[in-house]
Amino acid sequence: MFADYTSSELLAIFAMQGFAGLSLFSIFVLMALGLAIIFGQMGVINMAHGEFMILGAYMTYITSHIFADYLPSLYGSYFIFAMVFAFIAAGALGALVEWALIRRLYHRPLDTLLATWGLSLILQQCYRSIFGAREVGVTLPDWLMGSVPMSDMVDIPINGLFVMALTLTIAAAVYYLMYRSNWGGQVRAVVQNRPMAGAVGINTEKVDRMTFALGCGIAGVAGSAFTMIGSTGPTSGQLYIVDTFLVVVFGGASSLLGTIASAFTISQAQSTMEFFLSGSMAKVLTLLVVVGILMLRPQGLFALKIRR
Amino acid sequence: MRKSDRVAKKHSPMRRSLMKGLMALPAAALLSSSIQLANAAEVNTTGLAVTEDTVKVGVLHSITGTMAISETGSVQAEKLAIDQINAMGGVLGRKIEYVQEDGASDWPTFAEKAKKLLVNDKVAAVFGCWTSASRKAVLPVFEQYNGMLYYPTFYEGLEQSPNVVYTGQEATQQILAGLDWVTKEKGAKSFYLLGSDYIWPRTSNKIARKHIEMKGMKVVGEEYYPLGHTQFNSVINKIKLKKPDVVFISVVGGSNVAFYKQLKAAGIEMGKEKPLFLTISVTEDEILGIGGENIDGIYASMKYFQSLPNDNNKGFVDAFKAAYGDDIVIGDVTQAAYLGPWLWKAAVEKAGSFDIDKVRAATPGIELNTAPEGYVRVHENHHLWSRTRIGQAQPDGQYKVVFETDDLIEPDPFPAGYQ
Repeated sequence: MFADYTSSELLAIFAMQGFAGLSLFSIFVLMALGLAIIFGQMGVINMAHGEFMILGAYMTYITSHIFADYLPSLYGSYFIFAMVFAFIAAGALGALVEWALIRRLYHRPLDTLLATWGLSLILQQCYRSIFGAREVGVTLPDWLMGSVPMSDMVDIPINGLFVMALTLTIAAAVYYLMYRSNWGGQVRAVVQNRPMAGAVGINTEKVDRMTFALGCGIAGVAGSAFTMIGSTGPTSGQLYIVDTFLVVVFGGASSLLGTIASAFTISQAQSTMEFFLSGSMAKVLTLLVVVGILMLRPQGLFALKIRR
Repeated sequence: MRKSDRVAKKHSPMRRSLMKGLMALPAAALLSSSIQLANAAEVNTTGLAVTEDTVKVGVLHSITGTMAISETGSVQAEKLAIDQINAMGGVLGRKIEYVQEDGASDWPTFAEKAKKLLVNDKVAAVFGCWTSASRKAVLPVFEQYNGMLYYPTFYEGLEQSPNVVYTGQEATQQILAGLDWVTKEKGAKSFYLLGSDYIWPRTSNKIARKHIEMKGMKVVGEEYYPLGHTQFNSVINKIKLKKPDVVFISVVGGSNVAFYKQLKAAGIEMGKEKPLFLTISVTEDEILGIGGENIDGIYASMKYFQSLPNDNNKGFVDAFKAAYGDDIVIGDVTQAAYLGPWLWKAAVEKAGSFDIDKVRAATPGIELNTAPEGYVRVHENHHLWSRTRIGQAQPDGQYKVVFETDDLIEPDPFPAGYQ
């Protein structure tokens, strides 16, 4: 298998594939964090997760045009603003959806699957009506384009580095919010025992709404970041939804740490196998391994131990 | 009439904007409309929806669902052609009315709507379908109820139905000329084949591999990714490692955007032609989503580019822009869809009848001098003789035509030795 290559080429393979794996890892984490909060903490199966991501992507598209038309001097920095707008827009829509739809379904978790699937169809058609059926192109500022050449063979994509930094920042922020802040304590209390949490004076409805909005907001930021590496169209969200659920379920739905561990496992397995096998086979094998492990360990890699 | 039927009204705003585009019609197209009016019973003996002054046709594409991205342009082109034909006096003195149905990116829905068009609406022809899967789904319906389908997409070949006219290229027309060009002009010796994982890329690559190996050159890699795949870093690394002269690409849909953006980010300058990128799946429509700056320098092998410098095409592009706005782009399939109504009109007039059997008998040998791609002629096998061109993508999202075959290429949907 390696006989055809020189040792410097082999070194380059490992460097490049290592980076490809890491960059896939950060993309998976970014995709899955929002869903892990909503699915894991609230038990809501949010099939519209991909559409919240695409809302973020479209916000980025709009922001880039606003900056190009009215603030051309600041164009280089539009992407940062775009991510903030994406967070606000997706979060606000998330809060609205929670209020109008989700909160009526907390006692019927399987119905949330249908309701949010319907919501995803509605959102797709809205995007199609507003932005047209064709994909839109989002122009990146120059500093995000291109790569850092490390050697003859190895180039590190700048937007890959950017996604990694973003993922680290958001993961750290979520960790702080969930495990170090007062609000995070309330969220975890509601997850573990809703009636008791209500009894000690936590406004569980408000906590639910904010949790759902936070998950959707993170999806929006992820969608915004993914305009760098993927397409922006009415149905682009569907491209991510399967991988996202895979990562969250494999990791053990209620554990954020599990999500990260699972993203790491799946991304490394997939990018290694993609290199040695063909693309479709790598995907098939990854899915097989995940299905196999889930059969042995249905609760996922990490499970929260609580008394029911 | 059901709510979903959208029959064109005489004075709809769409129609008015289309009329503006008619000023740009090539003069040659206006000559052939002085046909003696025959009464409806004579030109229609099989109970089609033909009256003394109208004839009904169907438009069947996905305007919702994942394929709407691709099929929108075809719907626009077909409507433009129909309106231009009506402005010239219609077909056999009858105005074309269209019934539009939505296949909703769902193959059984396509079959159901095709049946509705043929059985309930009794349309004289249907312009529609885009993916091979949707065509395969409607094919039994068209054969059972004897309808006529004009299918616009370039596709894998290996099919020939008396009930379909294929206005796009079949695989050998598109691929062989492109491969010969990179071999001859660019001295390519090794190829990496990359595609999405379904029938069209796999068949195309089979044909490409056979041709490459027959010419004594080498395929150094062949690889498929699932539809909708968004992570191409591994294959980009493999391309860097294997250093092929040419990467031959048939990736489709949203994956396209991801692939070219990641290629660019990985530090590969596509304009340097090391390796050279040759695609058969990226038209001007796809570049809209990819962004011209992410793809400039690659080559595409197909029969039509918006920038073709002939007069027919200038008139077509002007009319299209007048109807749908200046920002619109026109890809290969859109142009092929535009040919459908014109080819049908020519066949009906040659047959002197709307009857499907007579139109079918008249179809082989039909010529169009007014096609935006230039002269085309229908082969006995219901595909078109056409030229193949190579275009190089520019940062503004258009292709610059760098090569075109001298002769029309014969369509060969069942190539010997390639299966």
